[in-house]
Amino acid sequence: MAVKNLIDGIREAMSEEMARDERVVLLGEDVGKRGGVFRASEGLVDAYGEQRVIDAPLGESGIVGVAIGMALNGLVPIAEIQFADFIHPAFNQIVSEAAKIRYRSDNDFHVPMVIRAPFGGGVHGGLYHSQSVEAFFMHVPGLKVVIPSTPADAKGLLKSAIRDEDPVVFFEHKRSYRLVRGEIPDGDVTVPIGKARLVREGKDLSIFAYGLMAFYAEQAAQTLAQEGISAEVIDLRTLLPLDREAILQSVARTHRALIVHEANHTMGAGAEVAATIAEGALYELDAPIRRLTGPDIPAMPFNTPQEEHFMPNPEKIAQAARELCAL
Amino acid sequence: MAKTKVSPKATSSLGPAEVRKMYRNMLLARTVDERMWVLNRAGKAPFVIPCRGQEAAQVGWAAGLRPTDFFLPYYRDIGVMLTLGYTARQAFLSLIGKAEDVTSGGRQMPGHYGWRERHVITGSSPVTTQVLHAVGIAYASRMRGEDAVAAAALGEGSTSQGDFHEALNWASIYKLPVLFVVENNGYAISSPQAKEMAVQDAAERALGYGMAGVTVDGTDFFACYEATVQAAERARRGDGPTLLEFKMYRLLPHSSDDDDRTYRSRDEVDAWKERDPILRMQQHVLEAGVMTAEDDGALRAEVQAEVDEAIAYAEAAPYPPVEDMFTHVYAD
Repeated sequence: MAVKNLIDGIREAMSEEMARDERVVLLGEDVGKRGGVFRASEGLVDAYGEQRVIDAPLGESGIVGVAIGMALNGLVPIAEIQFADFIHPAFNQIVSEAAKIRYRSDNDFHVPMVIRAPFGGGVHGGLYHSQSVEAFFMHVPGLKVVIPSTPADAKGLLKSAIRDEDPVVFFEHKRSYRLVRGEIPDGDVTVPIGKARLVREGKDLSIFAYGLMAFYAEQAAQTLAQEGISAEVIDLRTLLPLDREAILQSVARTHRALIVHEANHTMGAGAEVAATIAEGALYELDAPIRRLTGPDIPAMPFNTPQEEHFMPNPEKIAQAARELCAL
Repeated sequence: MAKTKVSPKATSSLGPAEVRKMYRNMLLARTVDERMWVLNRAGKAPFVIPCRGQEAAQVGWAAGLRPTDFFLPYYRDIGVMLTLGYTARQAFLSLIGKAEDVTSGGRQMPGHYGWRERHVITGSSPVTTQVLHAVGIAYASRMRGEDAVAAAALGEGSTSQGDFHEALNWASIYKLPVLFVVENNGYAISSPQAKEMAVQDAAERALGYGMAGVTVDGTDFFACYEATVQAAERARRGDGPTLLEFKMYRLLPHSSDDDDRTYRSRDEVDAWKERDPILRMQQHVLEAGVMTAEDDGALRAEVQAEVDEAIAYAEAAPYPPVEDMFTHVYAD
């Protein structure tokens, strides 16, 4: 087992799945010769050829719409959207088409496909290279929404997404691509979609997070441990379907809930986690549910102080935990 | 690689028995359409989207392809469906959302076709999304070395959508076997063509993509059929996609909820009724000796009886059980 970057997990998953199954193709802007602007598909065009690693014309609706057609006719496409911020032109194809094809055809058709997109801030990406757009897609039955936070999960979850019979929107935090390192098991190891990961057990509070924030929550928990606060960290990993059982079980153990995400506050993933707890574990709570999120402003500013103020980080998470435990 | 404006001669490789069958398909489409409208006005069908005036083009382009090809019809394409083996029963089962509806089990509004067995790809209401699917389907077929063509139909109004541009661009870059079938009936609901595009013919747009564009008289079954056969041959040869435009006229309002008197004159509609594709085909079959006037009367009676039976069957058929609405969100 070797220590690798998160983006290595993404690349290995795609490469191994393309080797395993000739139906798997990758299409997106600059995914071929350039290997993707983040280098997620580096080397794939050399290994699998231009027919299966397709430099798409610049247009997100086209990338997803063509991928849907491929999936309708026996291929398993991975459609890369260069930045999640640019996924909106494809919203109609994802929400009106991919998500509804099985349902509207009464199971006559389905579209096994993955839509990958780097998301999130902290990279001086400004308004349009920093967004967290997962909540839009959480509201769409028929889709699955997956966000890995470790290299092993990046690989294992992406493999599961590629093998899934339904469309999976797969968001990868771009700051975590080379920040988060970890061991990736050798061999063909998949991670199931729909299951949260217990990152660390605790007894004083539960911190629910995903993506880069799960990584930060783990760091915060280490700090808190030194202060005598035992924080449980749950990496949600899949936002749709949400692992409600894992959330409720954790709250039953710790009786306090802190939800962390970088996406803005109102109607974010945290709202659904909070509602799940309120509906299923209200009487377990010793304190009100707390959400630590990005602010309700249109998007992340470019300049350093405002960007830093936007992003939750390990210290902000630890502080929120302290406040919650003081209640 | 240039736009051509052709109306192929009203002759074709079709023999008399096939011509009779095509005429029957057109008559069946017209009759189904008329009776759906009656059911709607009687309060028995919530919504109808008519095909009237477009039967020659619909039957023509569907007949010009092979069962191994892929069909992505748009909501007005009942003539396409009936040509592919969809029955009057199936049309009325879909009209009133009964469980046995093959397109969606009663989930979708009428006109939202899909039928895996016949290579008809499921469609939605947002227009023009299907043209990109046709591109992906053609890409997959060609990758496997198959000779299938994917044909996506759309109204001329849909040529304004971004997905139309993206699909033509993709298909021409990769020289994919795709037919973009524009059923130009002159109106996008109330907007006449002049408010939809600055060109005379939608097929002119093919030029900008380096693909073939063909404008055809959409009231002439034989012209539509032959143009489709030729475009499909080009596609199978590897010569790339074709933008096929069938020009005709929507004889009815956009839908059962529309009132076209608010935006076009009766004189205009009446003038087009004289170019009704059914009349034109009838004239052909009689003059060419495919059938006698007596045969024609018998055929029409047969079609009426088939539709009567279909309506009775569909009305008596059960709705899907409520609990079934929760199935097939994901793979089981």
